[in-house]
Amino acid sequence: MSSLDYSIFTWELMRGFVMTGLAFSVQLTLVAMFGGILLGTLLALMRLSGLKLLELPARIYVDGLRSIPLVMVILWVYLLMPLILGRPIGKELSAFVTFTIFEAAYYSEIMRAGIQSIPRGQVQAGQAMGLTYGQNMRHVILPQAFRNMLPVLLTQTIVLFQDTSLVYAIGAYDLLHGFETLGKNYGRSVETYLAAALVYFVICFSLSTVVKRLQRKIAIIR
Amino acid sequence: MGYQWDWQVFLQDTGGGERYIDWMMSAWGWTVTVAALGWVVAIVFGSLVGVIRTVPSAPLRILGNAWVELFRNIPLLVQIFIWYHVIPALVPAMKGLPSFILVVFALGFFTSSRIAEQVRAGIQSLPRGQMQAGLAMGLTLPQAYRHVILPMAYRIILPPLTSESMNIIKNSSVAFAVSISELILFAMQSQEETSRGIEIYLGVTALYIVTAFAVNRVMAFIEKRVRVPGYVGAAK
Repeated sequence: MSSLDYSIFTWELMRGFVMTGLAFSVQLTLVAMFGGILLGTLLALMRLSGLKLLELPARIYVDGLRSIPLVMVILWVYLLMPLILGRPIGKELSAFVTFTIFEAAYYSEIMRAGIQSIPRGQVQAGQAMGLTYGQNMRHVILPQAFRNMLPVLLTQTIVLFQDTSLVYAIGAYDLLHGFETLGKNYGRSVETYLAAALVYFVICFSLSTVVKRLQRKIAIIR
Repeated sequence: MGYQWDWQVFLQDTGGGERYIDWMMSAWGWTVTVAALGWVVAIVFGSLVGVIRTVPSAPLRILGNAWVELFRNIPLLVQIFIWYHVIPALVPAMKGLPSFILVVFALGFFTSSRIAEQVRAGIQSLPRGQMQAGLAMGLTLPQAYRHVILPMAYRIILPPLTSESMNIIKNSSVAFAVSISELILFAMQSQEETSRGIEIYLGVTALYIVTAFAVNRVMAFIEKRVRVPGYVGAAK
């Protein structure tokens, strides 16, 4: 057993190498969460619209993205964005775009399940009150669907946070990259990989504990 | 779109005496092999851990829960790096192992936590009476699991197991990070060498979709063959 050396985990070095990475990972998670839920809800509405013209593209989008690995999507976006825009875009911007469109596919399935779980009577009650489709969705269906699915949406977000480590494929500077760079610079890779695992674990484990508690709370009220 | 397609790229020589299409096919083989072996590891450990989370012994249950939390809350990529960079450095006996084996275990253990969760849910969804009937017949606890509980539980969890089997194909892509010559590494390297990224990526993406579809069909076939008439999921 070679001896481990934790002396590199000073406040100074952590701030210099790791914090920037952590900030990016968190930012990427938040942007992809809000963007993904927004786009995902739209896709869910398209799939439930009953109109073939809207249903089909949404289905192809969701099923297509869900059947290929995230890393593949990361590479695709990084390759295509510069060709479409006609100028190079940064790794970070590319990651924001990738994760938003990729996660939208997963969030959309959750929102679809959420919308479908609302009793038909609710929809009909809204219609009987004279609400338009949009009003009914906005004031009656979506708030309930969103609330019922909150724990699942958050669980997906924890998975998303873990998945942000895959920006490794294009070399963006995230939490894992921060630890890795620190380890390489000081010849202490073993320690920094362990530390990275620990940090991810603490963040994800505490978040999932919070989600579990939230789930119980929501379950009681309903 | 003024894009000039050049599908000939797949027939070009890589400089190593083989064509890009040959390389892609062997990369596909690696993807499937890593995923398949990882799946075996995941089923074995996932079943074991899933079962001990339902047994009467508290220490075993805690061990099972700890296993699931540990492997579920660390990103797969980080787990792969731990297996590749950390474990061989700390455990000298692991030093000689090829990275392929390490990746199989990383992927297998990661997936085992999800399968354990499904196995547990499947077991707990069975009526209590099944286990009690088994024990009342004089079966020991392991016998009751083996002959009464698990045959039902596995059938119940086949649908989530199907999506997990498709996930492991996708997740095997992370092996590129430790230089396993699978599809993603092929895509990255040949994109750089040929500058025909779009054609190459389309080829790789198609292979992933074909593989996922094949796994889906195989699982659907198994599901149909083993279903218990008149029981959960037997409808359709």
